[in-house]
Amino acid sequence: MLQYSAIASHYLSGSNAVNPLNESNTVMKQGNNIFPKTPTGIDGLNEITGGGFPQGRPTLICGSAGSGKTVLAMQFLIKGITEYNEPGVFMSFEESSKDLAQNVRSLGFDLEKSIAQKKLKIDYVRVERSEIQETGEYDLEGLFIRLNHAIDSIGAKRVVLDTIESLFSGLNNTAILRSEIRRLFQWLKEKGVTTIITGERGDTTLTRQGLEEYVSDCVILLDFRVIEQIATRRLRIVKYRGSTHGTNEYPFLIDENGISVLPITSLKLEHTTSAEIISTGLPGLDKLFNGGGYYRGNSAFVTGSAGTAKTILAAYFALSSCKKKERVLYFSFEESPDQLVRNMLSVGIDLNPYIKSKLLLIHSSRPSLHGLEMHLLSLYKYIREFKPHTVIIDPISSLVTIGSRGEVRAMLARLMDMLKIHQINSMFTSLTHKQPISYNALAEEAISSLVDTWIKLRNEESKNNRVRSLYIEKSRGMGHSSEIRNFIVTDNGIKIMNADLQTEQGHNGSEEVIALSGNGSKNKF
Amino acid sequence: MGKEENWELWLYIAGQTPKSILALENITKYSKEYLKGKGRNYTIEVIDLLKSPELAEDDQIFAIPTLVRKAPPPLRKIIGDLSDKEKVLTGLNFRPITVADGK
Repeated sequence: MLQYSAIASHYLSGSNAVNPLNESNTVMKQGNNIFPKTPTGIDGLNEITGGGFPQGRPTLICGSAGSGKTVLAMQFLIKGITEYNEPGVFMSFEESSKDLAQNVRSLGFDLEKSIAQKKLKIDYVRVERSEIQETGEYDLEGLFIRLNHAIDSIGAKRVVLDTIESLFSGLNNTAILRSEIRRLFQWLKEKGVTTIITGERGDTTLTRQGLEEYVSDCVILLDFRVIEQIATRRLRIVKYRGSTHGTNEYPFLIDENGISVLPITSLKLEHTTSAEIISTGLPGLDKLFNGGGYYRGNSAFVTGSAGTAKTILAAYFALSSCKKKERVLYFSFEESPDQLVRNMLSVGIDLNPYIKSKLLLIHSSRPSLHGLEMHLLSLYKYIREFKPHTVIIDPISSLVTIGSRGEVRAMLARLMDMLKIHQINSMFTSLTHKQPISYNALAEEAISSLVDTWIKLRNEESKNNRVRSLYIEKSRGMGHSSEIRNFIVTDNGIKIMNADLQTEQGHNGSEEVIALSGNGSKNKF
Repeated sequence: MGKEENWELWLYIAGQTPKSILALENITKYSKEYLKGKGRNYTIEVIDLLKSPELAEDDQIFAIPTLVRKAPPPLRKIIGDLSDKEKVLTGLNFRPITVADGK
């Protein structure tokens, strides 16, 4: 006996039996000058994309296995829910809902909560070749219906398809798959949802199945490389139709808060400048500047070989900032906080009170612990959290050893840019050798053209003893003395000798300069 | 003779498309030929996902039409218009009546 029992009838609870293909509830206005964008929810990525992903359109994220595609996609959804109140659908072709929830929990994403609030829907599409036989013609209407149902059930504005190419490994008829995937992307556009489609990197193409041919709006490539045993992640916008975007490779980081991309600020030279003068911390050094110190927001670079008192100079600067009740963030890459405090105490600089009053935060880490990007990203994070007025990096040359020439420069430029925008004073120390070893020369070369002020320290043999001296190599926007000043380091700190005490007499003009700036250092002007 | 065999086949469609109609015709034909007989029952249920989209997730349906053998276990799936008879027979493990009865 044969019966066609219309089983569907007793499931007909609602009247949402609408063909998804006929339902185009959002019409994109092509002629509109303003290109609508959806915030990505990822630190730094909005800046690079000029506001976010194209709204109501698909974006392709491609990259090799483990490059962070799923995390990026998930963060896009979760932040969409928590920050922009936009519900999202995650259609997973690789991981079950449970696995997915577990994997992203370490990033601080609580999927269960969002699911319970009907803000998130995860649909796991299992495509298992061994379970499926193919005979004759078919289409992927079932997938469309599932997606449509998921979107409508929570009013989703954001959709992720991770990784739709899995269909190709489960099904044989690639001709059908290709035309159906093309139709799917078109349908998503008509549906007006902002979609992320992830794709595995192919040998010669961006994705194995050439999905980039179908997604014409925005394509982002993620990359995961190991250079000198240090892993670095990078992101690049391959194309973004109808929008300007950054074209560089941007390093990014996955940590306990998800993904963040450098730069956090844009690379534009449009920060405001200040005419306010701040002390270097050393009256004797202040005198060498016509203005009586640095400008606020100045970046200073202190170079010298080992034992030339670079760190002491940095500590003076930190101290002077703290005395004005301004917060200082001190990154120490060679000494632990305790060690630094003890060593400074030996030359009469007591940092303890300021650490206690939380005006001074010393952060120490080994340069080799992370890649350069990691370090700079953690610098950014500390700076954002601590909101210092002054940042000291001692020494920056140890960071330079772990990167290549071009990237170091680019990263430092971004860091300094960020400091400038926030009017943060900065000081970088750098170790130099008499016979320059390549990476030290690199540090100097990379940084010196970026900084505003460059102070060189020397420690030279002369007759029976070593003579310490310093001079100002450059000082942007401010006249400075061209003298080389000797100084001594005592139990009570650095003493910079007057010009007339030196063996070589400075020219007459310098006397005047000192007299003038002497007042400045006492803040009497 | 063994105990009674119950075959339960679900055909997932999305509206009355030519592919779905063809698939239904095909499975009806094969069932009549191979599943009808002593000690055997079969039912073919047609599920229209346009009317009940929530059912697609439960049976992991993404292609249309999809035929699912719900019983006897194990669960088996064939997608397409079922035009390749041999593939359908092996895929669903249809055995000719004579062989089944002969044992």
